[in-house]
Order: sequence, then structure tokens, then C-alpha cells
Amino acid sequence: MKKHWPWLLFAVFAFEAAFSLKPRSDQPDAFQVREWGKLPALVNGRVQPFDSIARNNLIIIRGNTAVPLEGNGANGAWGKWEALQGPLTERKWYQFTQHPKKLSPAEWLLEVFSKPEQADTRYIFLVHHPELIGQLKLQDKGVENSGLRYYSFNDLKPHLAELRKEFLQIGAVKQELRTPYQRSFASLHNGLTSYLRLKNSLAPANIAEALSLLAGDETLDRMDLSVLGPRGTDFAGDLAKFERLIPAGLRAITAQQNKQEYDKATFNEFLGYAEPFVLQGQIASLLLLPPLAAGQPRNDWASMGTALRDSIRAGAVPTAAHAHAALATAYAQGKPADFNRVLNEYRSSFAGKLDSEVKKGRQEALFNQFLPFYRSMMIYVVALILAAASWLNWSENLNRAAFRLVVLALVIHSVGLLFRMFLEGRPPVTNLYSSAIFVGWGAAVLGVVLERIYRNGIGSVTASAVGFITLIIAHHLALASSTGDTMEMMRAVLDTNFWLATHVTSITIGYASTFLAGFLAMIYVLRGVFTPTLDQATAKALTRMVYGIVCFATLFSFVGTILGGIWADQSWGRFWGWDPKENGALLIVVWNALILHARWGGLVRERGLMNLALFGNIVTAWSWFGTNMLGVGLHSYGFMDAAFKWLMIFNVSQLVLIALGCLPDRFWRSGKTPQAGPPSDSGPTALKTQPG
Amino acid sequence: MFARLIKNLSSLKLTVVLLALGLVLIFLGTLAQVHEGLYNAQTRFFKSWFVMGVTVFNVKLPWLVLPGGYTIGSALFASLVAAHFTRFQWTWRKSGIFMTHLGVILLLLGQLGTDILSTESAMRLEEGETKNYSEDFHANELVFINKSLPDEDEVIAIPESLVAAKGEITHPQLPFKIRVKEYWPNAAVEKAVEGSQPPMAVVPKVTDGIGKLAWVFPMPVTTDMESRNVPSATVEIVAGNESKGTWLVTSQKAIQQTIEHAGKTWEFALRFQRHYKPYSLTLLNFTHDRYPGTDLPKDFRSRVRIDHPAKNETRETEIYMNNPLRYAGLTFYQLQMVDEQSAREMMARNPGQKITPYSTFQVVKNPSWLTPYFACLLVGAGLAVQFLIHLVEFAQKRKSPATATASPAKAVNNLSRKNAEDAKK
Repeated sequence: MKKHWPWLLFAVFAFEAAFSLKPRSDQPDAFQVREWGKLPALVNGRVQPFDSIARNNLIIIRGNTAVPLEGNGANGAWGKWEALQGPLTERKWYQFTQHPKKLSPAEWLLEVFSKPEQADTRYIFLVHHPELIGQLKLQDKGVENSGLRYYSFNDLKPHLAELRKEFLQIGAVKQELRTPYQRSFASLHNGLTSYLRLKNSLAPANIAEALSLLAGDETLDRMDLSVLGPRGTDFAGDLAKFERLIPAGLRAITAQQNKQEYDKATFNEFLGYAEPFVLQGQIASLLLLPPLAAGQPRNDWASMGTALRDSIRAGAVPTAAHAHAALATAYAQGKPADFNRVLNEYRSSFAGKLDSEVKKGRQEALFNQFLPFYRSMMIYVVALILAAASWLNWSENLNRAAFRLVVLALVIHSVGLLFRMFLEGRPPVTNLYSSAIFVGWGAAVLGVVLERIYRNGIGSVTASAVGFITLIIAHHLALASSTGDTMEMMRAVLDTNFWLATHVTSITIGYASTFLAGFLAMIYVLRGVFTPTLDQATAKALTRMVYGIVCFATLFSFVGTILGGIWADQSWGRFWGWDPKENGALLIVVWNALILHARWGGLVRERGLMNLALFGNIVTAWSWFGTNMLGVGLHSYGFMDAAFKWLMIFNVSQLVLIALGCLPDRFWRSGKTPQAGPPSDSGPTALKTQPG
Repeated sequence: MFARLIKNLSSLKLTVVLLALGLVLIFLGTLAQVHEGLYNAQTRFFKSWFVMGVTVFNVKLPWLVLPGGYTIGSALFASLVAAHFTRFQWTWRKSGIFMTHLGVILLLLGQLGTDILSTESAMRLEEGETKNYSEDFHANELVFINKSLPDEDEVIAIPESLVAAKGEITHPQLPFKIRVKEYWPNAAVEKAVEGSQPPMAVVPKVTDGIGKLAWVFPMPVTTDMESRNVPSATVEIVAGNESKGTWLVTSQKAIQQTIEHAGKTWEFALRFQRHYKPYSLTLLNFTHDRYPGTDLPKDFRSRVRIDHPAKNETRETEIYMNNPLRYAGLTFYQLQMVDEQSAREMMARNPGQKITPYSTFQVVKNPSWLTPYFACLLVGAGLAVQFLIHLVEFAQKRKSPATATASPAKAVNNLSRKNAEDAKK
């Protein structure tokens, strides 16, 4: 047993991962919400399943993808939110016995579409800033979870007009110049906007309310909002009535316009339907209706409102619109049999026309269910703990277990990366988010290679630590994006797989390897200063690793940088424009070249090499993120706002490590560093074994 | 003495120092772009011999003097060349290093060539429009055009710098003198409201032309890459000792004003500097695709016709993102595009403004555009070769660990030992 537990541990994690790929199905008699979640719609320029749309919107609004329905109330009570007295808190981390009911992303979206009044009571809006909470008088409302507070739409509803007015000013401030309050405000505004657009994407849920946040002053002055209030739950019935009314309604309108006698009752009833539809077409964020007619171009999707407006002329409502309305109504009225029947009919209407979109929707839903990056992040953590522990008691088994888990995590990481590339039809790096995923992947691969060669736990520690950290960064980058979609479309300049595959990939490998070298140096300094474990052999192995990785990094960052120049020459006619991002890439090249030349010239030895490699971390972090924070130049599409603080903390930590690295030998618990050791032949060779 | 100089020049210490200086320069030059604008910072830091005064995160350091891009570049170049002749050894094992540094030399030379020889301008065309010139939106010229020649116009161009100097300008082909009275490097010219006093504006002191009904609103000089300076001036034209009048000229709009002198008609204007070509481009049509349901641009594409009468050539071609047209030593890139939809949106935002859809090409002349391609190949191949040689050696060493630990010096090559010795000296 003692011998086999590393394999056992590996098997447990591998089984768990494999199990997550198992297709799940709904209960036959219940609403088939999982299947519904795989239906395609077009948003942000690409066809995606409802499941992804729900997840991305929840990411923007709430910051995570589950909506808990139960939790703690006053006096230790547990139950559904509506049955509890405040203050409400979500499940605490130590409440192992409680399993709160949650809405899955697809369930949440279906509720937003079909039961908007109920969706308005869900605690989904994350409000950060205490000042904003005070301003909106939210102190006694909402649900708390480890310091974060979530509010329902109903809590925020009274303030929509106020928010709209204030955003006129805040929206005009450049993103990088906003204060924390303004950022929190803008993020809430973005969440509310997404929610209201979503809510009015299928049926015109409440146009007046949506306009009070989204419309301009002029529109609001001009319009009579009182007739555009909330609607009932029978959207399918409304749509059928509307369709029957079309001929008479059209006659009445034509007569009214020609100043002839017209039927006032029909006129008003018809407009009562048509007007919200037209406005809905302007508000909705989703293009729900697929191009099912013969000869229609593939990307000619329509929003519900636009299609209904056009149906006045055509005389009939498209069948897809009827299907969506019937689904929403069946769900709202609690009729699973109807829901499942319409779902089947609607899906079969795609056959032969949108097969590839439907297939892609299923694949993407599977990807969402698999959560490869989250899963590998968890395994990296466990591996990191095991590998670090193996240094304390030199247990071979711990080391072995750690290595196997790192390999498993890397396999899942790679599967995720390939899956993503397959879904997007693009090379691995397309935006800042995917660059973080890829940096982690590259560093983990190199770490595994190092571990295979040296078998001393260092490769495992670096692979798992860098893998874990970069996946955390990626997670936060996904939260920071304005659409929540990490597979967004590429704008025209970037829409070239050739350059994405060559320039972007090699520059990202350059980042990854420079970080890896810096991380190895970190291990050298930390183990040297705080533990007695940095013996001569380990120190020498680390030196060799850092040197080799720096060479590798020089190759990739140089080639990547020049390829970037050539791309710029191809698209802007300028090989080099001294743009911040270009300069950042050049800094990495120059720094790596400096390390190598300093080493060859004998200007630095083991410790100096480590300190230079540590500084490489600062240079790379600057190039990767810092340049995006300047807000100048042609490359600023990768913008992000809240990370500046973290960048500074990271830089300071690296400077502290460099300071430790400069301490005289007597402060190092590992004692004298090898090159200053006894005048054996090991001294000078530490310098000479790594020549250029 | 000379040998010593060469030796110092080729030393690795110098390389490291230069690389470190380069690092500082690039970093500070990037930060400076926030305050000074991309174009200015580029000129001051990278296209200069020395940089005087630097601002770091809002802290002014006026006393700081740094070597500029030219200094570091040429020193690196000299050091590399010296190293090639003195230190580098022509062996297989060092072939990668040799190729890499040759590539870097080529890159530096190529960039020098670009810096000296390249020009950038733009050609803005509306649908159906034909032009045989491109314009440089960062430079202006005062032109006099003799319209009385039978076949073609005679164009005399005076660069903006002479106008800015506000003196008297003479030109051998011009039968009169020009006196620049007033000059505004950046100003908006608006139609005057008769009978009222301008609040912020200057009334130009003119006797003729459009300036009589115009106000000039001087504006600060912009350094932003996205916007441009629009200069205006008032000029007096003097023939012999007789003043023909004073006019307002402005780059804001291409308004042609004329004077008669000695039976000839001269048109004159201040306008963006033009580069004429022996051929013309006609914009046939253009498309600006967006992703469905978004404003995100998917594709910009222009269809143009090239007419080259001297070569008797007429052909059509497409210019789109990442696919420029290379023609007669020039390259035309799709730069900017305002289609009907964007024009409508822009007009909705600024009521009263009339915008016709257009497509703009960046026109670049860069005879050394191919050097980075070769440099990249050389360096990439060089580094890869060197890396592989080391990897193979490393793998072989690991296969026989006994020998590796017994004589680690085996892996030491002559070069680095020599370097280490050099460094010690």
C-alpha cells in the first residue's frame, strides 16, 4: 500500500476528471434544461450555446457562474433566502454538511427569459465599493459571501434613473483614469446593462424599465413609458394573437396614415404589441432566431424584436419565434411535457441547415461542463504541496506522487488548450486570457522536462506553481473582460491565423520560459536563505537549469519579437513603431541577452545569474501586463484595469528576493554558496560548465 | 593603442553595459509616451544621440542625460563588428553564435536604412476618386501653382518650417516675394459673424481672400498620434516694392486662392505636403464588414485601379488588412475606413458635420523593408543551431554521468575560457 499510494492518488484525480466528461442527461419527466442549454444563438459575433451565454453573463454580473438559492439567515437559521431574516450570508467554508440548492447557468438564463419577475429576486449583482453601497442604500440588503456582497435586481431597481445619469459622466472618463469608486460603478452599470438586454431578448419583459437605464435623455422625454410596462407570462399566446391581428392591424395603420376612417380599437391593440417588439429589437443582446429559410446566408441571425417587426410586412411570425415563445411559456407555467415536446420539434427543424452550429453548441457545452483549466489548477495545487513537502523529508514517494499529479494536470491543461483551439478554430493565444493559459502550459511543459532530467522535485514545484499561478491570473482576466466571453471574435487587424500562430505563440513561449527561469531562481534563493537544503549538487543543477531556460527564452522572445515586427510591416507598413507592447517584448530580449553576455563574460556567477533571472520576472511582468496599463499605442486592445496593484506587489516581492540573493553567505542557512566554497575544483567550474 | 581600442570595443563587458543602457532607455522611452505622445517620445529617445531630461511616473528629472537610441545602436554595431573580427572563432560549434550576431548586425543596419530612407504618407480616397499623389499629414507646405502653362501646372512648394520662421521668402521661380506676417502652428479657422467681436479668436489682418470673413482660433500644439496640427498663416505678397495684398492661408481646407501677376494666374494654398507619383490610383469600391450583431470590425477591403500611362499599364487589385499592395517601390496599406454606416454614426454624433465615406491608405516607401526578414531568419536559425548543439552535448553528457562529474571542464569550450580570462584582465 505504502508503495502504491502515488498511483492511487493519481487514479483518483484521473477518474474524477474522466467522470466530468461523462454526458449528463435530464430527468425524462422534468424540464430538459440541459438540452435547452445546448441550443445555439448568436451573440458577440459568434454562435454559441445558451449555456455559454448564461455563463458569460453571470461572469460579468456576478463574477462566478452559480446562483445559490439557500444560505444562512439570522440566528443560525438555514434555508431558502425568501424564508430567512437578514443579514443573509452564503454557506461558510466550514459548513460541510450544508449543500445549498443552486441554479445552474442554463436554469438561470431560462428563468430570466421566461419568469423575469422571479429572476429579479436572485442575488446576482456584485457591488464592490462601500461608497456605492452607501449611495444606493444597500447596507441592510443583499447576501454576503466572504466580504463580497450580492444584490438582487429588485434592490437596485429604484436607482436605475440615477445610475443612468451618473454614468453619463463616469462613462466619459477613460478606463485607465477611473477611480476605484468609478470602476465599481462602471462594472455595476455593465452588469445591469447586460441583465436588462438579456431579459428583453426573448420577450419584451419590461421595456420601460430597460429604457430607464439604457436610453438617452431625448428618447426618454419623447416616449410614453407607461404603456411599456411588464407583461404577463403567456408570451406564446400573445404572439399568436399578434399574428392573427396582423392583417387587420396593418389595414388600420395604413388607413390612419392616409387620414382615412380606421378601427381605433384594433389600431391600439395592434400597436400595443408592435411597439414593444420594435423597441425590444433595439435593446436585445442576443440574436435568437436562426437563418432557417432556404437560401438565407449562414450568419443572417435575427433578434426576436427585429424578426417580429419584419413579420408585420411578411404577414406571419417565424416558426423559430413561436418555438422560443412556447418554450418560455411552458417553463413559466410549469408544463414540462409541453416544454420537452417543443424543444424536440425546434431542434429537429435545424436538421440539414445548421448541423455544424448545433454540433458546435454541444461541444462547447461539454467544454463548459469539463472545466479543464479549473480542474488542472486544483491538481497543480495538490502537486505543489506534495512536491514542496518532499523536500522536507526527502520522501521519494511524495516526489513521485507530485510528479504524476503534475503530469496529469498538464494532460488536462493540454486537453483544455486543444479543445479551446478546436472550438475557436484558432492558434492557442488570441487574447490576454488565453496568453495566461498558454504561458502556464509552456512553463509546465518545461518544468516536467526538467523534472524528467534531474528528478529532484524542482521541476515539479516550478511546473505546478507556475501552472497554478497563471491559471489563477487567467481566471481573473476572464472576470475583467467586458463581455465575459473568452472566445471573442478577433478584430480585423488580428484576424490572421498565420501571425497568431507564429508571432503570438513564440512571444508567449518567451514569456513562459523567462518566468520559469525567474521561478527557478526564486527556489534557489528561498531554499538557500531559509533552509539548509541547497547543497552543492542542487545549486549546480539549478544553475544549469536557469542557464538553459534563459537560452531557450532568448531564442523564442527574439524570434517572436522580430516576427511581430514583420507582422506590423505587413499590416501597418512599419516594422518597428516603438509602441509600448513592442518595447516590452524588446525589453525581454535585451534582458535575456544581457544575462547570457554577463555570464559568458564572467561578470556574474551562480548568485549573480539567479539575481538577474529574478529581475527577469519584473521585466516580463511589465511587458505582459504593465504595457497594457499605459493606455497608449496600437496594441492597447488587451486592456485591464485593476491589476496594477498586483503588478506592484509582485515587483516588490521580486526586489525583496533579489535583496536576499545579495546577502552575504553567513546569512544563508545553506551556508557558503558553492562557488565560494573550499578551493576544490567545483568552485570555478560552477562558472565554466555553462559556457555559450 | 588601436589594438587596445578594438579589444575594449569587442569586450563582453561593453556589450553588457550597452544592453543595460538600452534597457533603461527603452523603459523610460515607453513611459515618456504617456506624457509626450508616441511620436515625440520616439524622436527624443530613440531617434537621437542624447536624451536630456526625463520624466519618470510624474517625477521630473531635468538633469538626467542618457545616451539616445543612435548612440547605443551605433556602439552596439561597432562592438559587434569588432567582435566578429577579433573574438569570434570560425568553428562549427560557434556557427550559431556567428549567425545570430550577423543577423543582429543586419537588423541594426536595416533599421538605420529605414530611418534614413523611408517616408510615410497617406492617400485618402472617396469612392470613384482618383489621385496621383499621397499626403503627409504631419508636414505642410505653402504652394504656388502657375496655372498659365498650356499642358501642366508648375508647382513651387515652400516647406512649413520656412513659413514658421515668419520672415521674407524668395524663390528663383517665383516672380514675387512672400512676407509671412502671422503664423499659428495649430488653429481652427471659422467663419466670422459680421458685426460682433470674437470672444477667443484672433481677427487675421488681411486685405484679400477668405481671411476677410474668418476668425482664427489658436489651439495648443498636439502631440497625440491620433490628431494632427492644422497650421494657418497670413502672408503678404510683394512684387518689386508693391504689395499685392495680404491673405489668410490654412491647411484646414484646401481652398485655392489666386493672384494675377504679369499676366499669369497663380494659385496658392497652405496644404499637407504632397508626394506626386507617375501613376494614379482610383478607388473603385470598398467594404467594411462587421461581425453579425456587433460593431467589431471583421474586414476592411478596398478595390483600386492602378493607371500607369508611361508603362501603358491598367489593372485592378484589392488592398485589405494584412495584405498590402506593393507597387513601384511603394507599399499601400489599408489604414482607415469610414463606410456609410460609420459616416452616419459620426454625423449623428456631430450634427451639422458632413462626412462622405472614404478609405485611407498608408503609403510607405522603405527600400530596406526586407532586412528584418533576413535578420529574423539568420538569428532564429543561429539561436536554434546553438541551442540544439548544447542540447545534444547535454544529453550525451547525461548518458555518461561518470565522465561528466569527473571532468566537468570537458564541457568548457575555448571561447568562454578565453572570455573569462579576458574579463579577469
